[in-house]
Amino acid sequence: MTSLPITLTINGLRHDLEIEPRVTLLDLLRERLDLTGTKKGCDRGQCGACTVLVDGRRVNSCLALAVSHDGAEILTIEGVAQGEDLHPVQAAFIAHDGFQCGFCTPGQIMSTLGLIAEGQAGDDPERIREGLSGNLCRCAAYGGIVEAVLEAQQNMAKSDRRTAA
Amino acid sequence: MTLELGLNQQPAHLRQGSSIGQPLTRRDGFLKVTGGAVYAADNHPEGMLYAVLAVSSIARGRVLSLDVEAAKAYAGVVEVMTPQNRPALAIDPDAKDNPFMFRLDLLQNDGVRYPNQSIAVVIGETLEAATEGAALLSPRYEVLPARVGLDDAESFVPRGVGVGNPPVQHKGDVEAGLQSAATRIEATYETPAQYHNAMEPHAIVAAWDGDRLSIDTPSQGLAMAQGRIAGLFGIAPENIHIRSPFLGGGFGSKGMMSGPQVLGILAARLVGRPVKLVLRREQMYGPVGHRAPTRQTLRLGMDGEGRLTAVDHHARTTSSTFDDFFEPAADASHTLYASPAIATSHDAVRLDTGTPLFMRAPGEATGSIALESAIDEAAYACGMDPLEFRLRNYAEVEPMSGKPFSSKALRECYQQAADRFGWASRPLQPRLMRDADGFLTGWGMGTATFPALMFQAEARAVLKSDGSGLMETGAQDMGQGAWTAFAQIAADGLGLDIDRLEFRAGSSDLPNAGIAGGSGHTATAGMAIHNAGAAVIAKLADLATADEASPLFGAGNEGVLARGGRLLRRDDESRGETYGDILTRAGLKEIEGSGKAASDPASLEAYAMHAHGAVFAEVKVDPDFGQVRVTRLVGAFAAGRVINPRLVRSQYYGGMIWGVSFALQEEAVTDRRSGRIQNANLAEYHVPVNADVPSVEAILVHEDDPHVNALGIKGVGEIGVTGTAGAVANAVWHATGVRPRRFPIRIEDLLAR
Repeated sequence: MTSLPITLTINGLRHDLEIEPRVTLLDLLRERLDLTGTKKGCDRGQCGACTVLVDGRRVNSCLALAVSHDGAEILTIEGVAQGEDLHPVQAAFIAHDGFQCGFCTPGQIMSTLGLIAEGQAGDDPERIREGLSGNLCRCAAYGGIVEAVLEAQQNMAKSDRRTAA
Repeated sequence: MTLELGLNQQPAHLRQGSSIGQPLTRRDGFLKVTGGAVYAADNHPEGMLYAVLAVSSIARGRVLSLDVEAAKAYAGVVEVMTPQNRPALAIDPDAKDNPFMFRLDLLQNDGVRYPNQSIAVVIGETLEAATEGAALLSPRYEVLPARVGLDDAESFVPRGVGVGNPPVQHKGDVEAGLQSAATRIEATYETPAQYHNAMEPHAIVAAWDGDRLSIDTPSQGLAMAQGRIAGLFGIAPENIHIRSPFLGGGFGSKGMMSGPQVLGILAARLVGRPVKLVLRREQMYGPVGHRAPTRQTLRLGMDGEGRLTAVDHHARTTSSTFDDFFEPAADASHTLYASPAIATSHDAVRLDTGTPLFMRAPGEATGSIALESAIDEAAYACGMDPLEFRLRNYAEVEPMSGKPFSSKALRECYQQAADRFGWASRPLQPRLMRDADGFLTGWGMGTATFPALMFQAEARAVLKSDGSGLMETGAQDMGQGAWTAFAQIAADGLGLDIDRLEFRAGSSDLPNAGIAGGSGHTATAGMAIHNAGAAVIAKLADLATADEASPLFGAGNEGVLARGGRLLRRDDESRGETYGDILTRAGLKEIEGSGKAASDPASLEAYAMHAHGAVFAEVKVDPDFGQVRVTRLVGAFAAGRVINPRLVRSQYYGGMIWGVSFALQEEAVTDRRSGRIQNANLAEYHVPVNADVPSVEAILVHEDDPHVNALGIKGVGEIGVTGTAGAVANAVWHATGVRPRRFPIRIEDLLAR
């Protein structure tokens, strides 16, 4: 099958790639670029474990063909922390035990980042539950996830205010 | 440290150690939130190929042909493994030596005995090429009619249910008890087939080096997996190294090596290169186990004061046509409610499905939803509040065996959860409560119980002259928090600050830690760790107390204690020295000890050992559309010593939400014509999403148990499912006046009223 040239910026790093059109963004990340933090739970867009941000928007990377995102900026779970410094969302997931087995966690965190960026999270737990319902957690750590999102938003708002001042 | 955290307010968490009882966050938390935790399918050894399963699209019959030529001709396909070229095995995959050895489908012939059974493996340079190759196989079948329902085959009484329990048991005269009863109820409940659906599909990366085998695969039982593979391939267990540092959920489905995992190993052998094989989600509905459906009939008799005179619990269940696992659903009636006469019985039919398997609270969950529903019906028939009825029938000794309980703080659970929930204001009659929006509101309750089991485990402990420690055990963490809880037990066992401890687990080259299952892993591996710590401390004490240069000289082994990296004299804690000083003077770099654990036969003989709990649920039901929402769940659980309350709560929450799911959501639907599962995916097989989950509270009730094991640990992983499912069903009745008799509860059943 003929490969096509594409360019993706992933976690701030530019990648010039030759890729078959049938390769999903998820399989590109996991199997060719060794970015295995993004998980495959269903390969059908039903579980959300593969959620990444494409140009700031939440996307099920298992349903995205890599070639259709030529030129896009991709953020995966590996690009969220600054070295040892966790993003407030990541720290809050640990503090509130927003996971057990951890397999859905990268997707939950990416989806949370998307939700916050969309301005959809707010301080209403019901809206957060609704907004994160595309991300399944079979361990059912949902309560901790919602608490984590609420706390992370507060911490991010505080830090924004500090930055603004 | 314990005092600084203010945990002295919660006596269950205040223990002698500095780590046990503290709500530490997960040791593996950083790795899990950064994508750094490496699960099996994340591995990619040099030269690795991709294997993709081709699975049967029929339930029963024979594969007549596969277009192997077409698949092999496809660019990037390296090999196709079929019964014709599958490498030889040392034993028949259908051989069975013990109940834990499940028969596997490893391309031993052209037969098909359930849908999604493996019929070939395509190996390619890329995942895409192998996937396309598998699609090109275009199998043709001889199709036989599928047997899919609880009445579709001749029933029989299995030799054993669960892990060898007698299928039929009784005490007293149930028929006489029913005859003499002032009030009787009889009801039949049906529960569906359910699939574990861990978020991580079963995966394996296998690499051979001569007759040595290296594997990355999720396993709840590393030593058993190693033994199974050794037997199948005729190689020594020590030649097999399995790494399973993280499991993306297990719930019982990763307890045994499954057929597809072994096919990955066979594929690697066939092509002589490392191979990765990952199940597709739909391929998990067959070869990796499920919870079998049941139909349960309960007959209860009560005297004029609401005391049970008889409990009769019959369960029909299913297994596959070729292997045995029988959901021990009726056994739920052995432990909960006092009655002079109890009878439990099972029968089964064989269907064209994959073999059922342990699934979170196997038997306990299915039995509990039926028993708790029936108890609720009985309470109403007697005109009693469901909690009052349960207290009236409170079991002071285990009803079936007559043994005393090793500990049982169930009364406290009832009281604390009921108070928190506000149960006292519940009207006895159904359909009386509405919320401000006009939704029918109902309150229901259930009792939770799960046996406190122990298996066998070993651990190895090392103290080093730099003052640090190491604990090793081949334990498994599938999300329950074992890495953290075991490190806490290890730190206390070694008398070290947890920051000075290295803890290694999740690999088959470490001491056998038994299985992560039956809610017994913390007790079992925890006790091995505790004992290994004690063994190495004893050796260190021997060194110190025999050394004239030590302030501990002459104190005797019993006369010292270990804390904070120091040995101290019991009679004068100001006199002591560091582990490092003792070892250095003795000219030792390190000192090691080992520990084992197993259940104590004397305790097993003398006591019934169970965790208990009480769960209260509120539901709201749309009066016009019958849609049910759980809005509130309060559970209180007593399960012996709590190692880490943060993690234990998460286990209870998870279990309780599984209970909600059992009552309202989960069901695998089989097409009666083809025998195929119609909803083998995560969109149509409903598991709770975030928006389905109500406010959940779990209260940890203090309980000391001197008999289960020296640490007093029961188990918390499965009990949350029990009790909760029935509580939700009973709340639905209380809201609507319609008694759910089949699960999950369907809108049409509520609207049929």
